[in-house]
Amino acid sequence: MAFWDYANPTRFLKLVQVVLPWLTGLCVLAFGAGLYMSFFVAPEDYQQGQTVRIMYIHVPAAWLSMMCYSIMAVSSLGTLVWKHPLADVSAKAAAPIGAAFTFMALVTGSLWGKPMWGTYWVWDARLTSVLVLLIMYLGLMTLWRTMDDPIKAGKAAAVLTLVGALNLPVIKFSVDWWNTLHQPASVMRMDGPTIHLDILWPLLVMAVAFTLLFFVLHLMAMRNEILRRRVRTLRLRAASAAHPRSAVATAQPAE
Amino acid sequence: MDLGSHAGFILASYGLCLLTVLVLIAWIRIDKANLERALKELAEQGVSRRRPEEGGR
Repeated sequence: MAFWDYANPTRFLKLVQVVLPWLTGLCVLAFGAGLYMSFFVAPEDYQQGQTVRIMYIHVPAAWLSMMCYSIMAVSSLGTLVWKHPLADVSAKAAAPIGAAFTFMALVTGSLWGKPMWGTYWVWDARLTSVLVLLIMYLGLMTLWRTMDDPIKAGKAAAVLTLVGALNLPVIKFSVDWWNTLHQPASVMRMDGPTIHLDILWPLLVMAVAFTLLFFVLHLMAMRNEILRRRVRTLRLRAASAAHPRSAVATAQPAE
Repeated sequence: MDLGSHAGFILASYGLCLLTVLVLIAWIRIDKANLERALKELAEQGVSRRRPEEGGR
């Protein structure tokens, strides 16, 4: 079945109904395995001791915070260039989830920083650029709420999302471009990971679990957004029937 | 297992992540319940997705 076949929201909702239980089951299994490996298989770090266990949630949350924004950026292209009917639904649904992952990355990083760096927070490039990412998520969520018409809001948010995507390489390379307290990349490197396999495997399993969690939440939130647009369209239709001269019903693509 | 002298930081990290995820799931589920209730109320009022000529209002 082609990508465009899922432009039909009803067909997409049927797909979600089938896929969601399987995805949720896989997510629970992955978290079970990941948490077991993080606490009972992975060794202590020779320098950081037990605090290295914070890494198993901090790093996946940080990856997901950026992946979520990347998905929003691709969805924004889908809105502006290809005019895919579910593209702005996807972008809008992803924003609060991305904000939650970014919040988790900042909080766990802060709680990891205090025992390791001696401080909860420094205004260095990595931490500040991730804070900017959180503010962008919150700004986009606000923009969607301030505009009544989801089509206009989707286009405005798409432009803002694409502008904000410039922050992604800044986050990624901030530790290379500037002197920061934050360590440089140790997994996604051109010359391969620099951390031991005993620590890397639990991290990768947790990353898979977080990714599955994102897709579960994203599909649930997209389903809600489609229902929200149906409610809006029906209310407009009801208003139009009650006051035919004053109300203007506009059908939404995600109806 | 002994999490050492920094156990508070480790447990707080995992606890806050769990809380954030639970809040997110609850928010999405409550939102869905509200939307489904609204759709049901509209259907009871006779407002449907079908065009009037198809039998809806």
